Amino acid sequence: MKITLWGVRGSIPTFNPSTRVYGGNTSCIEVEEDGCMLVLDAGSGITNLNFSNNLDCPRIDVLLTHLHIDHIQGLSFFKPLFDPTKEVHIWGPHTHAHSLRTRLGRYFSPPLSPFYFRDLICHLEVHEIGNSSFNIGPFTIQSAYVIHPGPTVGYRVTTRSGVFTYIPDHEPALGRGGLNHDIRWLSGSELAYEADLLLHDAQYTEEDYIVKKGWGHTTMEDALEFASVTKVKRLLLMHHDPTHSDAQLDACYAQLKEKTAYPFPFEMAVEGTGGGGGGGRPSGG
Amino acid sequence: MSQNSKHIAYPIEIILNRQLADCLAIPVFITDTVGNLLFYNEPAEEILGKRYQDTGEMKVEEWSMFFLSKDEKGKLLEPEDLPLVKTLLNQLPYFKTFWIESLKGKSEKISVSSYPIIGRAGIFVGAVAIFWRPSDE
Repeated sequence: MKITLWGVRGSIPTFNPSTRVYGGNTSCIEVEEDGCMLVLDAGSGITNLNFSNNLDCPRIDVLLTHLHIDHIQGLSFFKPLFDPTKEVHIWGPHTHAHSLRTRLGRYFSPPLSPFYFRDLICHLEVHEIGNSSFNIGPFTIQSAYVIHPGPTVGYRVTTRSGVFTYIPDHEPALGRGGLNHDIRWLSGSELAYEADLLLHDAQYTEEDYIVKKGWGHTTMEDALEFASVTKVKRLLLMHHDPTHSDAQLDACYAQLKEKTAYPFPFEMAVEGTGGGGGGGRPSGG
Repeated sequence: MSQNSKHIAYPIEIILNRQLADCLAIPVFITDTVGNLLFYNEPAEEILGKRYQDTGEMKVEEWSMFFLSKDEKGKLLEPEDLPLVKTLLNQLPYFKTFWIESLKGKSEKISVSSYPIIGRAGIFVGAVAIFWRPSDE
């Protein structure tokens, strides 16, 4: 399983000299196995996807965790949607009130977009998922609702080469007692349990979180604890806060390394790198 | 390598109800779809005479024995007359005021609101019973 991180920034694309190292594009992860591709989320990072050097499969699957703008804003620039020879499948969380197509249609319509959903000329299929299991080519995928404002899922992707869990927006510590260490009572634990690699929300410092409880995100410390409780083998911290510069993320990482002693390696996710090792900076151990 | 995680977590609708209950000053009981008690908060511990950290989850047969439910005349209520049981059967909210008697013989008039937990997927995953002291007391 080859994993490429095309966007690891949270909330809003953030491009300036101080975010050059970790990157400014919002969530988008490419997962490739046996010439087949999954695209996890369609943040601005999706514009960096290169379709020329892969894809034996005629279809592309885009798995959305939720429909907050930083996770779908790249769809308007996703070339396969405008190519009649392409088969694109969009997967996203089900909710009772409106269909996924209707909710995506709000984005694919004026004034947010110059065109409508019906103008997408690829062969498009929309799939609604919740606490689901399904197969796409070589991938076995488990999705589950996780704690985040609005319907939101995380994904557990399994292939013959390993298990990768992706929960970019998640607030498992919401509540009076913080993170529950009984994994039955821990949102997202079923997805992350014993995964080879977990890519998880770590937007906030503990100081940030004091005034941002309920906003749907995790502190770096809680992300580490979540990974520990769920026994993951390696952790990449992502959804970097747009106000956090490279220097601040480096300092946060140094502090985390100093004050924790987890048995698994962890790193800060870096845009443009792979997730199979060296997907972050600096190297964890 | 296993294709899916073997670990089973509660649906987040259950988890979020527990987190809410944990913050409330009124007794709250959370059950699964058949009435097994998954969680009760600190105020509910007074009613059961048990502590959640000691008992953990309890089977329906076990926790339903901790108090008796009676009408104004002291007659035992049928399980089907109780709001939580009706919610479990019909997946609808119910309300009723009645008397409960602890194993130690202490009686208390109580109002119970119950509601089903039906998540975004439209699936019934459990129920909640909230105990109130009636407003006319």
